[in-house]
Amino acid sequence: MKREASFPVRVIKGFGMFWWDFLVGDTPEIFVAVLVIIGVIALLSESGHFNAVAAVVLPVLGVATLGASLWRAKRTAKK
Amino acid sequence: MLSVTVSSGVVVLVGAVFLASAVEMIEALTIVFAVGHTRGWRSAFEGTVVALLALGALVAAFGPALVHVPLDLLRLIVGGVLLIFGLQWLRKAILRSSGLKAKHDEDEIYRETVAELSAQPTNAGRDRISFVMAFKGVFLEGLEVVITVLTLGTSAHRLGLAVIVAAVAVVLVGIVGVVVAKQLSAVPENAMKMAVGVLLVSYGTFWTGEGLKVHWPGGDTMLLGLVAIYLAITWLYVAWLRTSAPNQKSEVSV
Repeated sequence: MKREASFPVRVIKGFGMFWWDFLVGDTPEIFVAVLVIIGVIALLSESGHFNAVAAVVLPVLGVATLGASLWRAKRTAKK
Repeated sequence: MLSVTVSSGVVVLVGAVFLASAVEMIEALTIVFAVGHTRGWRSAFEGTVVALLALGALVAAFGPALVHVPLDLLRLIVGGVLLIFGLQWLRKAILRSSGLKAKHDEDEIYRETVAELSAQPTNAGRDRISFVMAFKGVFLEGLEVVITVLTLGTSAHRLGLAVIVAAVAVVLVGIVGVVVAKQLSAVPENAMKMAVGVLLVSYGTFWTGEGLKVHWPGGDTMLLGLVAIYLAITWLYVAWLRTSAPNQKSEVSV
């Protein structure tokens, strides 16, 4: 018979599940894209020359991420 | 004469926290009303109050702790979380506006909750099921408000203001709900969610940039520019998706 997990284990598991649902949930593409955005902007802003470019690229990547996620949702709905 | 300086950051902060809190409160109120009408008000009220106290305790516990995190790191983490959270909200609101996803129907949620509760046996005195349902409804909906308040409030050094704005929104929606004595299904919830999504994504983009030492043209004013950009893009995406929505046979399951 399977034993029920102790209270601290359930709390930790619940906490982890909450953040997983909150950040990843059913849109893993948004989570991954934001990590990529942070990486790209970190590289651009580190280089003084490209700092101004980073200010343009950051919202553009945000808009592109939203578009890609909507496109994925649209494609799923068609199936 | 009293002179008040209000930055664009504060305007966006107040707007985002107020709308997010109001929207989540409407959803929580629907559940509380269903519980109260079906099984009595006492336990529903107690569950609501305990949930609000628990949410307040979370803000009191984590708010002051977050202030001690180095500002650039805090803004990067907050920016990233808001960007993810805001994009998720905006995506859902756009899908609902374009007809690719069913709109959030408070009447339907109310009916489902009443049906679920009516099937359960009732107890004399304190009702555990009512308490748990009301607590869960308020606490789970309120967690998103807590995260919005903590992230926006601490990164803008305006935690107190964010808490007050959220409390005002919660009290206002609560009063309106009690006065009309029913769930607030007539509220344009999707439009509010879309506005919150735009504000959260704008703030997320701004703080991510600040955390990574990006020099925004115009400083804080750029936040309003970002709001304008995301609003325009949202409108374009809705228009694009609407062209294909009438032919859709299935809805997005999100």
